[in-house]
Amino acid sequence: MDLQIALLLGQDGLTNGAIYALLALALVLVFAVTRVIFIPQGEFVAYGALTLASLQAGRLPGTVWLLLALGAVIAVVDGSLAIRARQFKRLPWIVLLSCGVPLLLVGALLAVSAATLPLPVQVLLALMLVVPLGPMIYRLAYQPVAEASVLVLLIVSVAVHVTLIGIGLLFFGAEGSRTPPFTDVSLEIGDALLQGQTILVVVASVVLIVALYFFFERTIYGKALRATAMNRTGARLMGISGSLAGLLSFTLAASIGAFSGILISPITTIYYDSGFVIGLKGFVGAIIGGLASYPVAAAGAVLVGLLESYSSFWASAFKEVIVFTLIIPVLLWRSLKARHVEEE
Amino acid sequence: MRVLDDDGDDGQTVVLQVRGLSVSYGKVDALHGIALRVHRGEIVTVIGPNGAGKTTLLCALIGLLPVRGDIVYLGERQDAGRSVEKLVRQGMTLVPEKRELFAEMSVEDNLLLGAFDRYRVGHRDQLETIDQVYDIFPRLMERRQQMAGTLSGGERQMLAMGRALMAKPRLLLLDEPSLGLAPLVIREIFRTISQLKKLGVAILLVEQNARAALQIADYGYVLETGELSLEGRSRELLTDQRVVESYLGLGGRH
Repeated sequence: MDLQIALLLGQDGLTNGAIYALLALALVLVFAVTRVIFIPQGEFVAYGALTLASLQAGRLPGTVWLLLALGAVIAVVDGSLAIRARQFKRLPWIVLLSCGVPLLLVGALLAVSAATLPLPVQVLLALMLVVPLGPMIYRLAYQPVAEASVLVLLIVSVAVHVTLIGIGLLFFGAEGSRTPPFTDVSLEIGDALLQGQTILVVVASVVLIVALYFFFERTIYGKALRATAMNRTGARLMGISGSLAGLLSFTLAASIGAFSGILISPITTIYYDSGFVIGLKGFVGAIIGGLASYPVAAAGAVLVGLLESYSSFWASAFKEVIVFTLIIPVLLWRSLKARHVEEE
Repeated sequence: MRVLDDDGDDGQTVVLQVRGLSVSYGKVDALHGIALRVHRGEIVTVIGPNGAGKTTLLCALIGLLPVRGDIVYLGERQDAGRSVEKLVRQGMTLVPEKRELFAEMSVEDNLLLGAFDRYRVGHRDQLETIDQVYDIFPRLMERRQQMAGTLSGGERQMLAMGRALMAKPRLLLLDEPSLGLAPLVIREIFRTISQLKKLGVAILLVEQNARAALQIADYGYVLETGELSLEGRSRELLTDQRVVESYLGLGGRH
């Protein structure tokens, strides 16, 4: 291996690592606030990428139907709860929010041909289609069992993951998609050729991480999420309900997932089930951070990206094995270091 | 604003009225047939020994535990749809026995989150409210950048109370504010509680430290093994033979 290859691999590893870092942050966030190990995180990556690809190909993405269906189910569930509690004034709001908004989005998509729109608008549309799925899935799958044990929540996660994979196959088909790069610019620094898309991914990830930092440190809603993670009872007594915190963290996780998918779709071909492995690598990063520390999780995820990239050069066949084996020494180190605290 | 219930006897407004309240853990009755009443600007205390059900009473009132019986808060009968979040929005706030602070956040952030629900419904006056809380607890002002987890016991209690005050409560439920504190600090905390009364807050104070509680309260109840055994003006309870023997000791002053 000469320097040029090393730089190339490093660049590749950093790009993927940046994406894994974003996913790792989302996983830590969701776990800290709701105790859910969010296996379906990766599906949002695939959905984001494939929805954008469908829009660019001039097809109506299947995500639209999922959005409408989930909206309708939520309207029925919340509506009947409101009727039982005799809160009739809430009914129009429930219907408007869970059915009206998705319908409006679908109407807009049918009215204009998305393929001819400028790229930023397409990205925005894809995000608007995928991100609401996050809070909707929380409302239907997790909120009813929010007080259950971590294990029950994990089982729900597996179910949601398998369901979303199946639905993804139905909507997007078995073929993979790759979207055109956002930029064709490339930089030549010495011997190394730096791809514009690579820079874009890294810069966008860093910007998003900084934005998340400000959200958690400076805004009252961000602080409320941190407070819920620290002390659920204390937060409840301040009027920060578990469901509000859950909806908020799932919205963030879905945004991060979909955005990551959109960022990498020009670099790798994304299939309906590609999200899972990508999400798992973010999960390895999150585990390095003990599912608790944001900076360590992000750093761990970048390490995962680099390790993956260099091992694909030396031992391409064992690429995934090497990456996932990383988790064993990490767990060993963590379990030796940490005091054992019984949960529940 | 909702029209408050009138008490009738003395024309004061009733903030909280409880009748026949029972709470059970499985088949065991933790509280049975509790009846009590708190007026606006009044300190009512519930004293009693360890395990009498004092904390259970407050957790039940704030909606953390399911109850049987009648709770009328601000003239509105609580139904099955009651929840902590709804009661917090209606101005009921609990300062729990364990304080439940956000340990890895600064004092100021803890206080800010006390106003979370008010912020959410559009009251953006949290910075003024924080100044008012700093006026009441100057110590919190000095410590405002410090992590809540590094505070002393007394400061933690002040922070828990200050955080509760950020919600501008109409009814403040205080669970054992003296627990684990030094006598001097207890005196300071109780002096503050009697000052809060002047702000028009109704206070339901649950205490094991019966003497200190009765000295600042207007009215008192004695809770024993899940039932109220005695009630009366706190001045009278302080000299009541049964209270003196069981809870105040034989004339010994702390």
